[in-house]
Amino acid sequence: MKFLWTYLRKYARRMGGVMSIKLGGTILELLIPYVLEHLLDHEVPAVQNGGSIAPVILWGLFMVGLAFLTRTMNVTANRLSVRTAKEATYELRRDLFHSALGLSGSQMDRVGLPSLISRMTSDSYNVQSFIQSTQTIGIRAPIMLLGGIGITLVMDAGLASILCIMAPIMIALVVFISRKGIPLYDRVQRGMDDVVRIMRENITGIRVVKALSREEHERGRFAGASDETARRDIKAGFIMALPGPIVTLFLNVGLTLVVLIGARRVHSGDIQPGVILAFLTYFNMILMGVMGLNRIFMMMSKANASAGRIQTVVETEDDLPLLLESEAAKPSRDGMIVFDHVSFSYLPDEEKYIQDESRFAGQQRQKCLDDLDFTIPKGGSLGIIGATGSGKTSIINLLMRFYDPQGGTVYIDGKDVRCQDRQALRRRFGVVFQNDVIFADTIRENIVFGRALDDEQMKAAASDAMASGFIERYEDTYDHKAVIAGANFSGGQKQRLLIARSLAAHPDILVLDDASSALDYRTDAALRKAIREHHGDATTIVIAQRVSSIMALDAILVLEEGRAIGYGTHEELLKSCPFYREIYETQMGEVS
Amino acid sequence: MARRDSIMQKPKNARGALRRLLSMLGPFKWMIAGVTVLCLVSNLLSLYGPTLVGQAMNEVKLGEGRVDLEKVTSIALKMLACYLTSSLLTVAIHTIMVNVSRRFARSMRQKVFDKLMTLPVGYFDRHQAGDIISRVNYDIDVISTCMSTDVVSIVASTVTVVGSLVMMLLLSPLLSLVTLFSVPTAILYTSRMRKKTQPRYRKRSKCYGEMNGFVEEMLAGQKTIQSYAYEDCAEARFDQVNTNAAEAYWDADRLGVTIGPTMGFINNTSLSLIALFGSVLLILQSIDLGKISSFVLYSRKFSGPINEIANIVNELFSALAAAERVFGLLDEEEEPADAPKAVALTDVAGNVSLEHVAFGYDPGVPIIHDLSLQADAGKLIAIVGPTGAGKTTIINLLMRFYDVDSGRIAVDGTDIREATRRSLRSAYAMVLQDTWLFRGTIFDNIAYGRPEATMDEVVAAAKAAHIHAFIMRLPDGYQTEISEDGGNISKGQKQLLTIARAMLYNARMLILDEATSNVDVGTERRIQRAMRDLMRDKTCFVIAHRLSTIQNADRILVVNQGDVVEQGTHETLMAQKGFYHKLYAAQFE
Repeated sequence: MKFLWTYLRKYARRMGGVMSIKLGGTILELLIPYVLEHLLDHEVPAVQNGGSIAPVILWGLFMVGLAFLTRTMNVTANRLSVRTAKEATYELRRDLFHSALGLSGSQMDRVGLPSLISRMTSDSYNVQSFIQSTQTIGIRAPIMLLGGIGITLVMDAGLASILCIMAPIMIALVVFISRKGIPLYDRVQRGMDDVVRIMRENITGIRVVKALSREEHERGRFAGASDETARRDIKAGFIMALPGPIVTLFLNVGLTLVVLIGARRVHSGDIQPGVILAFLTYFNMILMGVMGLNRIFMMMSKANASAGRIQTVVETEDDLPLLLESEAAKPSRDGMIVFDHVSFSYLPDEEKYIQDESRFAGQQRQKCLDDLDFTIPKGGSLGIIGATGSGKTSIINLLMRFYDPQGGTVYIDGKDVRCQDRQALRRRFGVVFQNDVIFADTIRENIVFGRALDDEQMKAAASDAMASGFIERYEDTYDHKAVIAGANFSGGQKQRLLIARSLAAHPDILVLDDASSALDYRTDAALRKAIREHHGDATTIVIAQRVSSIMALDAILVLEEGRAIGYGTHEELLKSCPFYREIYETQMGEVS
Repeated sequence: MARRDSIMQKPKNARGALRRLLSMLGPFKWMIAGVTVLCLVSNLLSLYGPTLVGQAMNEVKLGEGRVDLEKVTSIALKMLACYLTSSLLTVAIHTIMVNVSRRFARSMRQKVFDKLMTLPVGYFDRHQAGDIISRVNYDIDVISTCMSTDVVSIVASTVTVVGSLVMMLLLSPLLSLVTLFSVPTAILYTSRMRKKTQPRYRKRSKCYGEMNGFVEEMLAGQKTIQSYAYEDCAEARFDQVNTNAAEAYWDADRLGVTIGPTMGFINNTSLSLIALFGSVLLILQSIDLGKISSFVLYSRKFSGPINEIANIVNELFSALAAAERVFGLLDEEEEPADAPKAVALTDVAGNVSLEHVAFGYDPGVPIIHDLSLQADAGKLIAIVGPTGAGKTTIINLLMRFYDVDSGRIAVDGTDIREATRRSLRSAYAMVLQDTWLFRGTIFDNIAYGRPEATMDEVVAAAKAAHIHAFIMRLPDGYQTEISEDGGNISKGQKQLLTIARAMLYNARMLILDEATSNVDVGTERRIQRAMRDLMRDKTCFVIAHRLSTIQNADRILVVNQGDVVEQGTHETLMAQKGFYHKLYAAQFE
């Protein structure tokens, strides 16, 4: 809540205004039944005793006036509160998006992509509706409740004491039941998740299910989950059906008591009959107050949790600080890229935060890179090959400083990466990640990607990446739009677009992580030739599963469980590294 | 604020959907009839309340010293009984309706699921999983919620409105004239506001949807964005999306938040008018205080439901639209039943023959024109071709996921259309490229095809698939739970598990998809060995990607653009210098 206040502070004056208007409006509304009582108890008998009728009409018109004023004030306050909610949430989302984009690799692993998305969306909506409604119902409900009780106290303390006893019991009951009910709905939701999961499993695996004739079994499995969900739902539905009738019952019992006790007090001459009538009206207001308060409590606990989740992202501190030159390590040798005895693992002491879904979390939680030491000279090229989880991608993660290593130092161009400005450092790269992203935008925008590149440079990159052929077959060529995740392109087309993106700015360092796996042999060969000829001055790292993609490079690094088990040219490795030879032979099809 | 953000969805044939929905309610009809009666009684009782209040007030108005306390007490007791019964009935009604609606939802879900199990495989190729799931999840939920709340509300609201109106007319026809102002105003106002706000709420949902999509896309590409220092551009683009969302919210809710206060104004005004005219009538002595009291209470009761009914009508239509979508699925054409005299294939030797087979997914658009093939028991048939050429079509036909348009496919001489699907399919073991595992133990996943298998048999299959050692390293061995997408084990190991499943199944014929993209080299070798073991002594149809498989194949089918374009052994095909030759040169040289 404190965190939300930092966004609301500048609207404090407006919010204060809203609350005062709302307060005024609610008080006016509370006055209406009071006037009714006055009219019936005092003005009507006065006329009956020979007075003028004018006051009756005046009081009646006064009530209409009150009703009109109430409406105007409520509308004004509501609108202002919507405006505050709109502006504050806009800023909150802006900051949240900024922070989310800036998260480091390990921070991203910790939060997890699905959770980050829901913080941006549903959490921000929760906060928005909370900001809006606290200002409106948040004032109105307690005022209705307290005001109703207050006015009735003034009218007749004896009768009001019925309300004073009933109201807290009512609130406590409603809040208690609602609190009980919410966890029940969580259970329903989990049950529903099971139902959906089984459904999804069957849809994706329909061929297997049918091939093995397990339809009956699956029906039973589904029925089990579905029954359980229905059972939970019925229970939750029962509990949540209680507050309404209970409140009504209490209200009506109170009403009866008012009639009963009120009659005695009229009999003894303590009050006028009209007081009872006014009381009956105030009861309704108090009821609305109780229901409103309950809603506010529910909303508050939801918004509080949401605001907390947003806060952790917005207030995340940079865990990859820029070191001063004096603090940085000095390289022991020359080279464009130097890995100096680098050791690294993902989230070494925070295992418990690991989320399965996080996209960039490495598969291997133990040491991902173990004392890795190699050098690539300026303009040189390195191929990396190894099993899944052997640490290939981790090398890129350290090189571009998505993570910092626990041991050793990474140098680029003779300087510790930790003392280089991160944006400037990354601008020197052209990179294609494994399963990289095509954005829902034009081909042009996907290649240029916000950089100051002209059409010529873009087209040259597309041509080098063997992409211009298929792009120019579109009627709108480079203005052709990609849909989300580039689903309207084939795997090979996507990879060629991504490579074009990486080449477009003629980067100092070119990194291709499994970037050509979907290309056929000929295209792959032509691509390699184009890179050699037009981007020969770039220092290049290629990660691949196919030996053919890397065998012509200056050097090849063979990784196994984070350790280098081979380093050298293709010919050297065939002789010196049995593992490499085996890969080569397996892929070339000569299985022994 | 719009309730449940309800956006009016119009069903195409509301009456038809309603009739069908009602017919499905058959088993629950007595319960629903009972609830309707209870609902009537409960609401009439609570309507009777204000009349009792009026009676009490008439006693009270006599003033100091003249109130008949005993009479008031007896009236109060009546009130208490009235309200208590009414509340108890309300709880009963809700309980029954929740019960009925959730059980109805469950039976509907099961109907949909059962239906899915009978649909041809092609249905799942044409429809997105998310779309099918949303019918089970969201649409049925909408229907069930509508049943449990709206049906009761509609009875309650109608009884309350009509009842209150009648009572008010009985109390004082003259004073009831006030409702001539309040009711039409309220109805006109709500319907006008609905028309005005609905497109705005729709726009708001659309803007939110766009924002969600944008955020999802950008955050998924966060690493790429950082790599290309695209953050500023991304933030500028987000600002646009964010502004749109904020403006759409403002636009819709600015209007939405005026509804409540205005309805309040209409109510308060009608109260004022009742007070004013009531006073006049009181002065003219044509009404008494008790009647005014009752009248005020009825007029309060009266206003809420009008707003409510408008909302409910909306939700009813959404529910009917949802029901229509569910019915659409229930009406899908099923996999045709087995032929009446279908035989069960037993002791299959594994001789498969295709004779002049023609087939197309869309009627009138043949893909396979004329395919003949003899695969004797134990032979290896390789299917090769570029990606997307339609290699799986042949498998779809062999397993009878689709039926041939003309020609015939026979197993051991029996036309497969004259065999039961169950026996035909169980004659094949299958390992597909999209490895399919479900959430459950490793044991259950391997034994999926033969649930009666013993532990020893499962272990033997796992050993044969070279996955036993890996399984033993897992915390609970064969009892380790795997998550639905198999997230806790690698792609290669998933493939080995499905090979173990096929090993255990031990059919005479095998369908195998060899593609192994992105599997690491060590596992790749194990997979190859396991696949070779699996293929031994079986009639094998292999979507081949490996040179060794192709060279050892007894027959190679070369597929391009859906059709089988060449057929032969490696040597004869190479000698032809046709499409296979070109393909081979591109992939393996």
